[in-house]
Amino acid sequence: MDINQKFTPQTWPKHPEQATLEGKNKLVGLWIFLASDTVLFASVFATYIALKDSGPAGMEFAARDLYELPLAFIMTMLLLTSSLTSVYAMYHMKNYNYSGVRTWMGITVLLGLGFLCLEIYEFYHYVHIGFGYTQSAFSSAFFTLVGMHGLHVVIGLVWITGLIIRNSSRGLNLYNAPKFFAASLYWHFIDVVWVFIFTVVYLMGVLG
Amino acid sequence: MGHETHVEVRTQAQYEYDKAHSRAHMRKQVVNFAIMIFLTFIAFAAVLADFSPTFIIPIILLLAGIQVVLQLYAFMHLEDRSTHMVGVIEFFIWSAAFIAFTFFVAFTTIIWWGNY
Repeated sequence: MDINQKFTPQTWPKHPEQATLEGKNKLVGLWIFLASDTVLFASVFATYIALKDSGPAGMEFAARDLYELPLAFIMTMLLLTSSLTSVYAMYHMKNYNYSGVRTWMGITVLLGLGFLCLEIYEFYHYVHIGFGYTQSAFSSAFFTLVGMHGLHVVIGLVWITGLIIRNSSRGLNLYNAPKFFAASLYWHFIDVVWVFIFTVVYLMGVLG
Repeated sequence: MGHETHVEVRTQAQYEYDKAHSRAHMRKQVVNFAIMIFLTFIAFAAVLADFSPTFIIPIILLLAGIQVVLQLYAFMHLEDRSTHMVGVIEFFIWSAAFIAFTFFVAFTTIIWWGNY
């Protein structure tokens, strides 16, 4: 069977992402990567919790006064919504509706970009008021944790944009279906990590 | 690709049935999304409502846990038991969660950084 075989909605498999051995292996491999990424994030989370609010004597920055909940709330909503839009993209993939896949993946990228802009603004603001990366143990732990999540967002955006561009004239087939599915799984994982960031960093930070 | 790829033409009736089924599934996903948004609202509202932190922190951590399980099982399709090697995937993910918990406990109890 040819990898670029054309399908109709009737011949399109129910689980296109797992119809080939390559697709099956790709997804198990991606999940194992996500598990190892969980451990990586866990170590940075634990470091942040241990170092929160600690720094040189007379440090004027405390999590309670630093964070602004409205901004964190808007960022959470953007990322949560982008998670739903990528679910929509996978729904259209099941129905062999390629323009639906591209549109919803594109909306996911736009929401992710919005999130990224707000994060850059937030970091810029912190550095501007003197809370830079080397300011204290607290600031290093904060920027490492939240910045590493931001890096994951950047990678996800480049990944999904690349998929859309590279497959723009190919059409949906069993070659690129697992690729879109893997990118959407990765995007959900970014949201999973953010759920803990807004809870542990922002909400628990404001609680003191 | 090759011999392990199995493609069959569905009948019109089967096709309609599958399509309706996946539309119903998508509606469920939207409900899951609404639950996640609702839990997020509760978490932010609870923090703004000025209760005691020792009361609020366990609650918002629990809400985060529920959200993550929803993401993993609904949005990331772990609830679909026909996923290839779903047991292996679950083993890896929950092992990672256990290791994450160990880090958290170790860093907040026996590491001396917090004393400064």
